[in-house]
Formats: sequence, C-alpha cells, structure tokens
Amino acid sequence: MTTQVVKPPETARTGDHPPLAGPDFALRVVDLKKRFGARQVIKGMSVDVPRGSILVILGGSGMGKSVLMKHMIGLLKPDAGAVIVDGQDITRLKPLELKQTRGKFGMVFQNGALFDSMSNWENVAFPLREHRKDLKGAALDARVRELFKVFSLDPDAIGPRSPSEVSGGQRKRVALARAVALEPQIVLYDEPTTGLDPITTDQVDEMILAAKHKLGVTSIVISHDIASAFKIADDIIFVYDGEIVCRGLKSAMLASEHPFVQRFFATWKEKNV
Amino acid sequence: MTVGRGNVVALSTSPSPGAIEPTQVTPAPSPLRLALRKTVEAMGRPATELIDEIGQLGLFCLDVLFWLPRRPFRWGQLARHLRDIGFGSLFIVALTGVFTGLAFGFQSLQGFRRFGAEALVGPTTMLGLVRELGPVLTGLMVAGRSGSGMATELGTMRVTEQIDALSTMAVEPVQYLVVPRAIAATLMMPFLTVVFCAAGYGGCYLMAVLREGVDPGVFLYETWQALDPDDFYEGWIKGAVFGLQIALIASWQGFRASGGARGVGEAATRTVVIANVCILVSTYLLAEILDPLIHSWIRFDALGK
Repeated sequence: MTTQVVKPPETARTGDHPPLAGPDFALRVVDLKKRFGARQVIKGMSVDVPRGSILVILGGSGMGKSVLMKHMIGLLKPDAGAVIVDGQDITRLKPLELKQTRGKFGMVFQNGALFDSMSNWENVAFPLREHRKDLKGAALDARVRELFKVFSLDPDAIGPRSPSEVSGGQRKRVALARAVALEPQIVLYDEPTTGLDPITTDQVDEMILAAKHKLGVTSIVISHDIASAFKIADDIIFVYDGEIVCRGLKSAMLASEHPFVQRFFATWKEKNV
Repeated sequence: MTVGRGNVVALSTSPSPGAIEPTQVTPAPSPLRLALRKTVEAMGRPATELIDEIGQLGLFCLDVLFWLPRRPFRWGQLARHLRDIGFGSLFIVALTGVFTGLAFGFQSLQGFRRFGAEALVGPTTMLGLVRELGPVLTGLMVAGRSGSGMATELGTMRVTEQIDALSTMAVEPVQYLVVPRAIAATLMMPFLTVVFCAAGYGGCYLMAVLREGVDPGVFLYETWQALDPDDFYEGWIKGAVFGLQIALIASWQGFRASGGARGVGEAATRTVVIANVCILVSTYLLAEILDPLIHSWIRFDALGK
C-alpha cells in the first residue's frame, strides 16, 4: 500500500506587487499545531515572512489568528512545530533566552493594552526605561516627545493624561508609539484599525507603511479590514478553522474557491469590483 | 474490472476476496452501567480538578521562586506595595484589633470573675492575641482588603492583555508584578500583626481597667510576668507565612483570570475564600510545627549560655 503525502500548495504570489527578493526571512512558522482542551485551534500552519515585508493575516473571528500571533512572539508554546526568528527556534528557548529574543519584537494589541496605572507619557517611556538605561531625564523626555510626534500626537496635551482619558484612535497611536519605541525588527499588530474612523484607519495604515519604508520594520498584521489589508500587504494569508486556506494578494483572495473566503469577500466585492 | 459511473466500489484488505468478514457489533452499555459511570465521573471530577489546581499553583510558586533572586530588582514596585499593603491596611487592622481586644477582654472577665482571677485577663488576652488571634485575624483582614485588590488589579491586567504587553516588551510579568507583591506582603504582615496585637491589648485595657475596674498595675504586671519572647516569634512567623500565602494566591488567581469583568470578580472572590481557608488551616499546622521548634531553640540557647 502506498501512502500519498499531500503537500500544501505552493504559495505562489499571484501578485499585484513584485515578489520580494531573497530568502532572508525575519520569521518562519513551520507546521505549527496547538490544541486547547479538545479543540485543535491550529492544525499545522506554515508561513514565511521575508525581512522588511508586511504580512496580513485575514480570517473570521475565533479561527486561530490571534493564537498564531501569540505563538510568533512566544507568548504561547505550541504542541508541535517551530517558530524561527533569526535562525533560532523560539519555542525551545529557556525563559531567560526567550526574554532576550522578545527584544526584537514590538506588539500592538487590539485595545492598546496600555497600562492604566500610568500616564500616556509613562506608557511610551516604559520600554525605554526598562531597556535603555542610557536614556534618562531630558534625553528620555526628548525621545518620548519624538515618538509622540511621529504618530501625530501632542506630547503636552496627550502625554500627562491617562489612557482612559483619550480617544480610541489616540490610544491606539500611543500603543503604536510604545511598540516601536525600542526600534524592534518585527512589529505585530492585532487588529490595529478595529473600531477606528476611516481617517484614523488611513493614518494607522500609513504608519505601518512608514515603519516599513523608513525603518525597515517587518510587520505582521491581523485584520478584518479588507481595504486596509489590500493597501498595505506584501503577502496575505487567510486563516479558516486553524488552517491557512488561501495565500497571495488581492487577486488570489478574490479568486479563491474556498466557500468561507468567498463569503468573507462577497460584500467587499459587491461594493468595489 | 470496469466501474461504471455512479457505482460504489468497496476496497477490502481481506486476504481472500471471496470471504465475508464477521461483523463486530459493540453492545450498547446498559443504562445502569451508564448511570454508574456518570456518578463515578461526577465524584472524581472535583478531585482531579483540585489536584490540577494545586499543581498549577505549585508551578506558579516555582516560577516566583525562579525570578525572585534575578535582576533587575523592582525597588519602586516594592515600595509601592509596602505602602499599599502596610499603610493601606493599617486603619482597618487597628480598628478590628481594638474591638477584638474589647470583646476578648469582656468575655474573659466574665469567666475569670467566677474564680476571682480578674488579674489574669491581661496575660490571657495578650497570649491569645500574639500567638493566634493577631496573625489570623490580621491575615483575614489583609486577604479581604489587599488580597482581593491584588487579584482584581492583576485580573484586569490579564483580561485587558496588559500582562501579555509586559511580556512582549521583554519584561517578565512574574518578576515585575508578583515578586514585589510577595516580598511586600511577607514583610508587612508581621508589622500589621504587631499593630493588631497592640490595638487589641489597648482595647482589653479599656474594657478591664477603665470599665470593669481591674487595677492597672496588676493588669500590666501580670502580662509582663506571663509573656515570653517566643510567644511573639510564633505570631510574627505566622504573619509572614500568611502574607506570602495571600500574595501568591491573589497573584495566581489574577494571572489566570479570563472572561472580562465577571472573570475578574470571580478571581477576587476565589482569592478571599482560598486565602481565608489556607490561613485557618495553616495556623493549626504552623502551631504544631513552630511551637516545638521555638521551644527547643530556646532550650538550646539557654544551655549554651
């Protein structure tokens, strides 16, 4: 009896953008599996993220996107598979080694996850105080002010207030400023534009693109916003029920024969195509 | 063999193509067996869950132990929690101490009067306070006030992903959030126990001397004569252990909170219940362990001199 091994389809870039040159990957996920109780949340996902690119993860709620992202930064341990960052499998690192590796990452959480016991200024200053001991007093203040200005925030007006005293868009931008404060190689965004008005959404998209072009940051973005995804992505994966069911760019997503992917894009297609 | 469209072909791995394999039918379990199985499962589930919880708490404590001696030390966080736990609980601990002393003194007097031994009210109350009531009631107060506060704060941080955010910034949450709380609670509980005992003794003095007319000189002298230093050691050690218990249970409940505001509320409630039960159980166990230890140490010390 012969066993037929079913290989995942080649991730051909049916691209609206040119393929990214070189095999220099900032992050690789290899056959990742994770089970919570009786439920297999991730069923063997593999994805490569070239350095300096933007990967967008699309999919319905509860399909495993956030779990995948938490594995990428080592917040969760997989049951099987590997997450390789700079040639190092972070799933096998000891706590102290993992702590050092996390310095390469920044993460923007869905609701900002700003520390509510601190002001916005202190939130942005927090990673600098922890890891940049050379920055103190006026130098620290100057760096925090600079970060506020990068994300179009007034440091004198927004800085002293607590996160609960500013709008959702401002909170998200403070979270962005905090995430890039240490100039990480990889920034993960968990639904950065959810709940924002179209203007702020556009600003956030521009900031993600600016981080790529100006700082060479690799970005991995979980999103439900199709327009944003098509605008910023170098690569898109569509996650359904713990598996990557479609990969490519706009044309691949719209041409997919997977019923859930078709349903996901149906409304957008009606309005835009 | 030609297979036409619509035909169903079964592929068999049996050695002889013509042989028919006997069909194995698993008999359905009887209702009695099912009911029995369900009952055993229902009885066993709480036990396995309890073992699971104890195991998780044990792992959490090991995690705290791992990060305890590692740099950077969070002096600012430690100072904040020393203030919150120590000075934040000072008033409530002193208040409950005074009223415990008043009640203890009042009831003791009723008993000692029957034997004409009113002079023993002071030492009896002080002995009860420093060895048992002081650390236990202070622990219950601190569990209710600071323990539930810790669980609520950490639980909110968990459900709003602030703890995950710390990890992503290469700051270890256990080291940053739990270690300072554990140290602060362990250091502050003996201090609060002393406050409770002093307030309780003051309450007893008010009751016995000012209201019931016991001679103040006799009251103080009898207390001075009856108490040994080792009576105080036991209370302080108990206080420190209870403080550590409260901080670890509250932090563990906060760290595993889930499900929004309801989950945070449940974490706070569970903290108070578990911490109170642990305090009451461990006060007896500690009395059994500490009493002979302290006495043997004092005898050894006296022999040496």
